Amino acid sequence: MSANRPLHLAAEIGGPPHYDAGHYLALARLAERGALDYVTLGDSFARPGLDALSVLSRIAPDTDRVGLVPTVTTTHTEPFHVSSAVATLDWVSRGRAGWNVEVSTTEAEARLFGRRGAAPADALWREAGETADVAARLWDSWEDDAEIRDVATGRFIDRDKLHYVDFAGSTFSVRGPAIVPRPPQGRPVVVLDGTSAAAREPAARHADVVHARATTPEQAAAIRDDVRRRAAAHGRDPDTLRVLVALTVDLGDAETAPEPGLESGPLLAGRGSYFRGGPVDLAELITQWHRAGAVDGFHLTPITPGRDLERIVNGTVALLQHRSLFRTFHPGGTLREHLGLARPAARYALARTAGEEA
Amino acid sequence: MHLAAYFPGVNNTTVWADPRSESQIDFSSFEHLARTAERGRFDFFFLAEGLRLREHNGLIHDLDVVGRPESLTLLNALAAVTDRLGLAATVNATFNEPYELARRLATLDHLSEGRAAWNVVTSSDAFTGENFRRGGYLDRADRYTRAAEFVATARELWDSWTPDGHSRPFAHSGRHFTVSGEFTVPRSPQGHPVVIQAGDSDEGREFAASAADIIFTRHGTPEAGRVFYADVKARLGKYGRRPADLKIMPGVTFVLGDTDAEAQENASEIRRQQVSPQNALLALEQVWGRDLSAYDPDGPLPEIDPDPDSALVQGRVRHEDPFVVAARWRALSEAKGLSIRQTVIETTARQSFIGSPQSVAAELSAFVAGGAADGFILVPHLTPGGLDDFVDRVVPLLQERGVFRSEYTGSTLRSHLGLAEPVWKG
Ligand SMILES: Cc1cc2nc3c(=O)[nH]c(=O)nc-3n(C[C@H](O)[C@H](O)[C@H](O)COP(=O)(O)O)c2cc1C
Repeated sequence: MSANRPLHLAAEIGGPPHYDAGHYLALARLAERGALDYVTLGDSFARPGLDALSVLSRIAPDTDRVGLVPTVTTTHTEPFHVSSAVATLDWVSRGRAGWNVEVSTTEAEARLFGRRGAAPADALWREAGETADVAARLWDSWEDDAEIRDVATGRFIDRDKLHYVDFAGSTFSVRGPAIVPRPPQGRPVVVLDGTSAAAREPAARHADVVHARATTPEQAAAIRDDVRRRAAAHGRDPDTLRVLVALTVDLGDAETAPEPGLESGPLLAGRGSYFRGGPVDLAELITQWHRAGAVDGFHLTPITPGRDLERIVNGTVALLQHRSLFRTFHPGGTLREHLGLARPAARYALARTAGEEA
Repeated sequence: MHLAAYFPGVNNTTVWADPRSESQIDFSSFEHLARTAERGRFDFFFLAEGLRLREHNGLIHDLDVVGRPESLTLLNALAAVTDRLGLAATVNATFNEPYELARRLATLDHLSEGRAAWNVVTSSDAFTGENFRRGGYLDRADRYTRAAEFVATARELWDSWTPDGHSRPFAHSGRHFTVSGEFTVPRSPQGHPVVIQAGDSDEGREFAASAADIIFTRHGTPEAGRVFYADVKARLGKYGRRPADLKIMPGVTFVLGDTDAEAQENASEIRRQQVSPQNALLALEQVWGRDLSAYDPDGPLPEIDPDPDSALVQGRVRHEDPFVVAARWRALSEAKGLSIRQTVIETTARQSFIGSPQSVAAELSAFVAGGAADGFILVPHLTPGGLDDFVDRVVPLLQERGVFRSEYTGSTLRSHLGLAEPVWKG
């Protein structure tokens, strides 16, 4: 495995809820200054806080380069609305949108909607995979050049370049096409935490970036290999996938931590492996794991965003840049460009031109 | 007088063939129109919604502007580039759920510091429903009962936090929704986002009288406006509301010129652009419900009668009996010797206010003074520069007349509209 794959870094900017844009904007700008690939903002219908996609849309015009990846859940939402909202985030951010796909497993969340009861994780992740699938089809449902503005024939669009997706999933169906034209990235970047067994398969099939919790480089490499193998089995090129290790980081007590590194005790539920130490220690860990070829990068969740993200950017990232392990600026404009992922061709356009040639 | 700016995206009055016409989807277009509206001290910026692409004769309709963003996501981004302008999203109450939508609206109200509005529309057609989990099963008769319960439930959620910032559990059990739990967003700056209703039936008016802050209407002539205005304001009493509690704002178009005569010329030119030969036949087919593609747009109207049960038109609400419309069009065409295209231009593309800035300012003022409206939702015909002239040339005259604000006095949309924050019902 190549040890000089480019390193990708991302950070979560959630934490205790804030109800104004300023707090999130300051964090996103900080991440942007550190040339991070993207920021994530977690969300759930059952935790205090604002709608994450709205928050990242609110800060999009005030940021320039950093990718914006909200969590949007699939269990109680409408796939058609979700695909429209994520595509719109891509339009307003001029190609910087991603979507962290999550499910809602609890009875409490189900009661907020009163539409269906709680369901087992397996079924919910299957549905989440279908939602990601239909969203991608909807993003492809307008070919890039569907808008023609042809004065001679009076046609604004070429209807042959708009496509019904006619998707029938296990719990929903969508006719299509999208109401939103194909977004700047073609398809916004789909992120999925593939740590759990139930989520691994949808991650391998539908995600561009997979987050994975791991406590050793070997474990991370094993997950990465597994995801890539499964992706290949679905006919995907595994090199179109990025696997980022999810770490919760506490850089607050570098001096007092007896020994920097990953906690060997119980992991914080759902928040990734827990790293405690100083910014330099974190840079060491990232360097080692990345040099070992175990991962494509890291998704860091600061335990206290204001304090820890500042230390990540000014300490850890600065050191990685100094070692030439991480870029010092965003060479491209879109999130796909940051991740080294090509802009996908629209599948219906490919099918149509193939049909025309046949 | 209250003024709002309608974004002329997906719309059959938007002239896209004009060289000045720009993207209906790039953020820069929305930013331009919103900044212009705010420069003009407008009350709010308005986005319409359609949840399925319209079809004609089983094919995607290809003549008008098509392709739009998702409203709430876009308005959050606009909140970043404006300070005072209200931000109104049309969001369907049939294909959404109260908890999620109430949360997204409260979020917009927080992130815009009190500028959010929701235009509650309904749709029960199975055509749109084919994009959603629910499918098309919701009965037409249930449209407004669901919408009314939806708004009531959203208000319960918005009221579930005390004004001093404590969350309390909510529980609602009704015909359409049984929901309970805790709302995740504190009471927003406006208490409740402003609620707009756009629908014309008796049920629609009753729903607006009971629950809305604004009605968006099509009654854009002084006569029809006065009748509508009187009717709706008279319905408020039985809900314990005063006439000032519900603002009536017709959607209107306008064309300016240096003189009235020049404005008339501009208006005819715009109408010709709006009604291309292809669009003329399409408009005809939408009334007749028949394939009329063999007719010459520069020739006479067809002799045959409309098909009242036609499935030809999809995704557009029919407002009138097609036989009545066809008879009216024939009468007009015969009386004036008009071709198909000329008839369509005369009947469907007539702009509401045409004239010099002085004339338009005078007419708008008279309209409001005459009890036909509380203000207007202006629908420009060009994206995104269609409001520039109005703001530069008409708004100063309205301000001179003292009928429109020169500066914002408050920061929330409710304050622009002179509406009180809703009483907290804990
Ligand atoms: C001025 C006006 C604007 C409307 N805008 C929208 C819209 O943007 N999206 C939508 O789905 N319906 C829109 N509607 C449709 C109404 O919400 C409603 O479904 C329709 O008018 C039928 O209801 P009614 O019988 O009460 O008039 C609009 C209606 C009016 C009168």
